[in-house]
Amino acid sequence: MADYKWPEEGKRSLIGKRISRIDGPLKVSGKAKYTFDINRPEMLFGKMLRSPYAHAKIKSIDTSAAEKMPGVKVVKKLLEVGAEIQYAGVDIVAVAAVDEPTAEDAIRAIKVEYEKLPHFVNEQDLDKVPADRRRPPTEDKKGEPDKALQEAEVLIEGVFGNEVITHCCLESHGLIAEWEDENNLLVHPSTQAVSRNGGEMARALGIPANNVRIKMDHVGGGFGSKFPIDPWGIEAARMSKTAGGKPVKMMLERDAELTVAGSRPSAFARVKVGATKDGKITVWHSESWGSGGLAGAGRPPYPYVFNFGIPHQYTKHHGIITNTAQQRAWRAPNHPQACLVTMSALEDLAAKLNMDPLDFFIQNIELTGIRANVYKDELLKAAEMIEWKKLWRPRGEGAVGSTKTVKRGLGLSLHTWGGGGHPSDCDLTIHPDGSVEAKLGSQDLGTGTRTVIQIVAAETLGLPMDTVKVHIGDNRLPFSDASGGSTTVGGISSSTRRAAVDALNTLFEKVAPAMNTTPDKLEAAGGKVQVIGNPSSSMTWKQACAKLGTQPITARGKQPAPGKETLTNAGVGGVQMADVSVDIETGIVKMNNFIAVQDCGLIIDLKTAESQVYGAMIMGVCFALYEERVMDSQTGRVLNPNMEFYKLAGLADIGNFKVHMVTGKGHDERGVIGLGEPPTVSPGAAISNAVANAIGVRVPTIPLTPDRVLAALEKKGGANAKI
Amino acid sequence: MSSSDERSDKPDNSGVSRRNFLKGTSVALTIPLVAKSERVVKAAGADVPILGPGKVNITLNLNGAPKPASVEPRVTLLDALRNDLDITGAKRVCDRATCGACTVIVDSKAVYACTMLAIEAQGKKIQTAEGLEQNGKLHPVQQAFWDNDAQQCGFCTPGFVMACKALLDKHPTPTPEQIELGTGGNLCRCGTYVGIKAAIAQASQQMRKTRPARLTRGGKSNG
Repeated sequence: MADYKWPEEGKRSLIGKRISRIDGPLKVSGKAKYTFDINRPEMLFGKMLRSPYAHAKIKSIDTSAAEKMPGVKVVKKLLEVGAEIQYAGVDIVAVAAVDEPTAEDAIRAIKVEYEKLPHFVNEQDLDKVPADRRRPPTEDKKGEPDKALQEAEVLIEGVFGNEVITHCCLESHGLIAEWEDENNLLVHPSTQAVSRNGGEMARALGIPANNVRIKMDHVGGGFGSKFPIDPWGIEAARMSKTAGGKPVKMMLERDAELTVAGSRPSAFARVKVGATKDGKITVWHSESWGSGGLAGAGRPPYPYVFNFGIPHQYTKHHGIITNTAQQRAWRAPNHPQACLVTMSALEDLAAKLNMDPLDFFIQNIELTGIRANVYKDELLKAAEMIEWKKLWRPRGEGAVGSTKTVKRGLGLSLHTWGGGGHPSDCDLTIHPDGSVEAKLGSQDLGTGTRTVIQIVAAETLGLPMDTVKVHIGDNRLPFSDASGGSTTVGGISSSTRRAAVDALNTLFEKVAPAMNTTPDKLEAAGGKVQVIGNPSSSMTWKQACAKLGTQPITARGKQPAPGKETLTNAGVGGVQMADVSVDIETGIVKMNNFIAVQDCGLIIDLKTAESQVYGAMIMGVCFALYEERVMDSQTGRVLNPNMEFYKLAGLADIGNFKVHMVTGKGHDERGVIGLGEPPTVSPGAAISNAVANAIGVRVPTIPLTPDRVLAALEKKGGANAKI
Repeated sequence: MSSSDERSDKPDNSGVSRRNFLKGTSVALTIPLVAKSERVVKAAGADVPILGPGKVNITLNLNGAPKPASVEPRVTLLDALRNDLDITGAKRVCDRATCGACTVIVDSKAVYACTMLAIEAQGKKIQTAEGLEQNGKLHPVQQAFWDNDAQQCGFCTPGFVMACKALLDKHPTPTPEQIELGTGGNLCRCGTYVGIKAAIAQASQQMRKTRPARLTRGGKSNG
């Protein structure tokens, strides 16, 4: 039977090394073509008229002026008179015109009358949420939480949470749709789901799935928000049909991108946590709420990570319905919220116990379950990297280096995620001239998917990387699932490995007779096919492939592959520690140092893996310090659907970062595990804890903007602060 | 038709003081006359053509070559590059001078292409990320971005590359403060700033090696 398992350390020529991404030159030179960059002959520009009101009924729609405008090719009402709108930004009329200014003029010429209805958009204060905006609460109980609360020797109580944030992909959502003939549709979407989008579009249009071609080379950010083909994309395809098949480009404007194209739900919780006086956590009690739009929001997994072992637990959760566009998956759905609330409450508990949180977390680490030892090692490693024991001081005293007005603080957090490989098929072809192709209907979100495929194929075949051509981004290639939940690297590396092993074994069968040996005695290494243990008996790769005559070898590798070695796994830990300075006169928080220690099984490309962690931490700084979608209660609209007031961190805001990837024995043999989500989870908690440590008081909700920091300082509410 | 390349570096030789007076203070008034302009009005004592609202023919000096286009006067340089000339390295993200994804270099300065009209950009030397390679080789800034993985999705990358090039052209050995200012107009969503910092350090070293000595004398920047 073929041996698929990953090569051991010492036998790897590419896997685990720092390798530059193979599409780097295209990206740095501006030549990489993203969906937004594609211009097609006779292309029309699509635009959408969206509802300015959060809750309204349409009284009338007059599109006559727009229809008469020169250059306007399609005007399409998407809602009828009487239709009820449930959030600001709902699509009402679509237009397609010969150029963008004309399409914009056409939108401005459309007149819609609305009957405004009452809306609700701000869920931060649970007591002010009307009854009809609350979904039925869910409750969970373990042990005897009420009794344990009464018996707890030390107890803290607090409110913690985060605001809604938006994905703010730099390439907005959208696509270009064109009918190549009466029946066949070509679509260039900006997507995380190349292999799924064709079927989805076909269902919406009522045409066979084999009539829809999806192509995408590069995507400008997704982060969980770009799975669906989207209603505006479907309308672009319909308008293209109306316009005789001409391509219609429909990309969202920035304000629409931030309003309707995805958000992470808010999460707020009133928490009580109890412990023995020597610091053993005994009870968790939380009443939580949050909103991700019309469907409310599910309960994040409170108490995070420690839910495994805290003996007594009670959770109650309210999903709150708001007149806002629906949430979308956001890297590690629900985890950053659960982590923030849990790690903040536990840090407050450590402070009340007069314990160093590092000691407190390690003392309770068995409560995290099977990865307790990994967490412990990672906590100690991170503490060493940030010089925790040298710098940390009890809450409110200010860490080493504090001044009268600028207080320094340290905070920590830990996290988990699954990250097992998704379903993926790979066709790997070895040509008689020795060149190799790998084909997968996958997509590279900037995580390095192309590079990983090339590394795995080249490693398996003992070839230089550039011998392998990688084809992705086309739904006519073998199915590979959507990129979400850190599932891609495990999926595509497993299917590519199996395809390459099988193709290589077929090649061995062809060349073994000529080498007077049997296929099982052959190996491929260093650009040669050779007898195992006897490199002098060898052929060059080209000589070996020439034995194929005119017929290439193609092998299909599948993930999952029951009965074969498991090449991917799920379940990681990860620890982050933040070092901040807070100016207590201005409330401004500044990052000094930010440390991550992260495990993820076997790493294929160390360089792009580290980039994932750096990127996640920087996004986390944005989440912790800057980002919030601000809803206007009066108008029901997003007040900051732009990049001036929807704040992201810049290069100057991040401080110094260090990332340590945990590799080697105990990790590599687990197989490949995804990395997109786990390091995004902890930053909010680690930074909030660092700020609490610095200023001696918990800032209840993030982002930790100057106004929130100053308000917390003024209240001096400590763990008992109310929002 | 005049050659926009020749016009870019020289003030008008008409002797009219308007141009010298306004030189460097306004981009709007450096618009060269457009052929077939139908109307002219007097403004500040000079003849100023009225353009539009229909399309006008323009020529942009783009990456060293003249590129004709036909655009409405309200079209930005960014949209003219992307929609009319199919030069798409500069990206449209915020479209209002916040994020820097559209950064191009205009007459040696990093400029947001979303806030300059295409008609204003005539007569200026416009450089985009596509124009940095020489003899098929990446520019040191581009090479450094690749080597240091200063990119993930890559949508902000061409803008950052141009901002960093403009920074290093002006400050061959930038201080941390100059780096923060020089990149302060650009945002990345994937979080590639750690790589960008490393890329700037590498490119600075590389560019000083290949630069004529007089430009790096004493290793000091010109402020």
